[in-house]
Amino acid sequence: MTERLRFYQTGSFAVRNRLLPVVDASVQSDPGRANAITSGHRACQGCGEALGARYALDAAMRASGGRMVAVNATGCLEVFSTPYPETSWQIPWMHSLFGNAAAVASGVAAALRVTGRDDVRVVAQAGDGGTVDIGLGPLSGMFERNDDVLFICYDNEAYMNTGVQRSGATPPAARTMTTPAVGPHPGAPFGQGKDLPRIAMAHEIPYVATATVADLRDLEDKVTTAMSIRGARYLHVLVPCPLGWGSASRDTVRVARLATESGLFPVFEAHDGEVTSVTPIRRRVPVEDYLRIQKRYAHLFGEPPATGVIAHIQATADRNIRRYRIEEAPV
Amino acid sequence: MREQIEGSQAVARTVAACRPQVVCAYPISPQTHIVETLSRLVMSQQLGGCEYLNVDSEFAAMSAAIGASAAGARTYTATASQGLLYMVEAVYNASGLGLPIVMTVANRAIGAPINIWNDHSDAMSQRDSGWIQMYAEDNQHAVDLHVMAYRLAEEVSLPVMVCMDGFILTHAVEEVDLPEQTQVDAFLPPFEPRQILDPDDPVSIGAMVGPEAFLEVRYLAHQRQMQALETIPRIAAEFAAATGRQRDGLVTPYRLEDADVAVVALGSVLGTLKDAVDALRVRGVNAGVLGITSFRPFPLAAVRAALGSVGRIVVLEKTLAVGIGGVLSSNIRTAMADTGTPTTTVIAGLGGRPILQASLEQMIVDAHRGRSADLSFLDLNTGLVERELARTRASRRSGPAAENMLRDAMADAVPESGARG
Repeated sequence: MTERLRFYQTGSFAVRNRLLPVVDASVQSDPGRANAITSGHRACQGCGEALGARYALDAAMRASGGRMVAVNATGCLEVFSTPYPETSWQIPWMHSLFGNAAAVASGVAAALRVTGRDDVRVVAQAGDGGTVDIGLGPLSGMFERNDDVLFICYDNEAYMNTGVQRSGATPPAARTMTTPAVGPHPGAPFGQGKDLPRIAMAHEIPYVATATVADLRDLEDKVTTAMSIRGARYLHVLVPCPLGWGSASRDTVRVARLATESGLFPVFEAHDGEVTSVTPIRRRVPVEDYLRIQKRYAHLFGEPPATGVIAHIQATADRNIRRYRIEEAPV
Repeated sequence: MREQIEGSQAVARTVAACRPQVVCAYPISPQTHIVETLSRLVMSQQLGGCEYLNVDSEFAAMSAAIGASAAGARTYTATASQGLLYMVEAVYNASGLGLPIVMTVANRAIGAPINIWNDHSDAMSQRDSGWIQMYAEDNQHAVDLHVMAYRLAEEVSLPVMVCMDGFILTHAVEEVDLPEQTQVDAFLPPFEPRQILDPDDPVSIGAMVGPEAFLEVRYLAHQRQMQALETIPRIAAEFAAATGRQRDGLVTPYRLEDADVAVVALGSVLGTLKDAVDALRVRGVNAGVLGITSFRPFPLAAVRAALGSVGRIVVLEKTLAVGIGGVLSSNIRTAMADTGTPTTTVIAGLGGRPILQASLEQMIVDAHRGRSADLSFLDLNTGLVERELARTRASRRSGPAAENMLRDAMADAVPESGARG
């Protein structure tokens, strides 16, 4: 099933930092990597979800020795990867509905267990809408039964596939098509939205982690850790969407990094409901640095700028930093 | 083995004999005794090699069934009423994906007003969902249909809904001949999926299909149901050979050969209808009954053949298609379109209203004399309706209709002199 792709320059599609020991090399730098989701799909330029999914699934493929099934919720990832009759999936892959990926995955896991094939692992994937909103019931059910499923949420903070509408993961003040930048309180309201990693932790499942496409080695590591554990596992990956966020396609990784370095998106791991590690902020930045490069926040930087709103967002970042103790790392 | 047994337990034990590998369960009356019995069988290890998933909703139940079936497991679930409606999106998805899931529907009314009792509104709402639908006349029939359902589902790669009247069948204790394990094993081979999620042979299931092929995919779904019209009688014959119990599969005619009037119906009311027909024949009214077992696919030719010589048709329905009347009667009229046989629709038994033999006899006599309205409602209490209509004329804020009518009905039930001390 492995499809080899090559860079003209290196004879391989994979580029490894040659100064690194091989054991520290990323899964993606291995020319023999699985290419679980292969090239030719129809994601937008700079799509954070396509990037995150490729790293996550290839790492899961390596961890499972290629014995893996993926279940996908309806959404961008499903649509851009399987325009009939083409498919980017080199692995057994199933899409059923928008809100049921976790339940379908539970059914797959049960079938594999009962037919003596539980060497085959199950990964379910959904966007933030399919996770925090329409898919939350079945996801919570999968968590509380502790079914042997790794559920990955690729969070781009709105319903991007339908054209950028507000979801339960849309941050305050962000402009979407259903929280437009008009009126006295433009953008998404404050005091709303769900923190799914913490909801997942409240189920006391064996493993919950967050990651972003700014630190892909960390993403691979967390997938590898998750795959070493049996039971319900949840991985929440921040994946910027150039189209929906109004950021430049070339800036996807930069935006994700600023989300973590401002403290707006805390990166951590939790085992059995307790936070066990956090990724310290290397160089703390004000939230303004993150907000300014996204058109979904452009209304905050008019004349005069919405300093009160920006301060409110800064307070959210400050609280995250206190809550997860992710102050700047000691030099 | 013949036993005095509750319908739900008989069905659960029969399903267990079919060796399901994944059972997804979410409780709703009147389906609960089925999934309770199955959980006891799994937890006590009487039913081995089976995973029992207690899920968080009917939507999750059908979704988990979809995943389990796609991963190659024989899969079962059961629901009713609101539960069936809550899983609808996944119901269509299961048939669209061609997954041979078997589901029992313990037929129950749909609210509002909330009502736990029997009618066919739930299953009828899913008549176009792409599932095969079989309706049981009694508990023996329900038991037999479940065994045949797995065989049929897996042979044509479509899901099958076995519909049995809630409470009337699910909670009735009667003698049932439960199929022996050896009989079921001989009749039902292990599940060989047509498509499976397998790392050794990876496939993508559930891809997006645009206008270039969608019509053809749907056409094929229809063709498979048409194929099932031929498969069902064959499977029924093989079932008869295996168990000695004769089943027609598609339709069940009763005293139709010389009938002037035929009543067509589904489910447990067929028993009362046959009693009514027997009584009327003593009085010289030549009536007969046609029971529809396979509602989807709808056996147009078998219906035409069975009703070809009757003079009048009454379609007795436990569902109401608000705004037109009948559901089954539309299908019967399609079957009989070329014959010109006068066909009327009678709505009866909604929300568990008892269907009395005396009322059925009157209904048949009226039809026999050509006095039936195109659409009528058996034993309708017109007084209740008229009082509510008067209220709505008298006051803009007449209040919730259901509660008003229920209050009137309760008041009517108390004898006028019977002020209770």
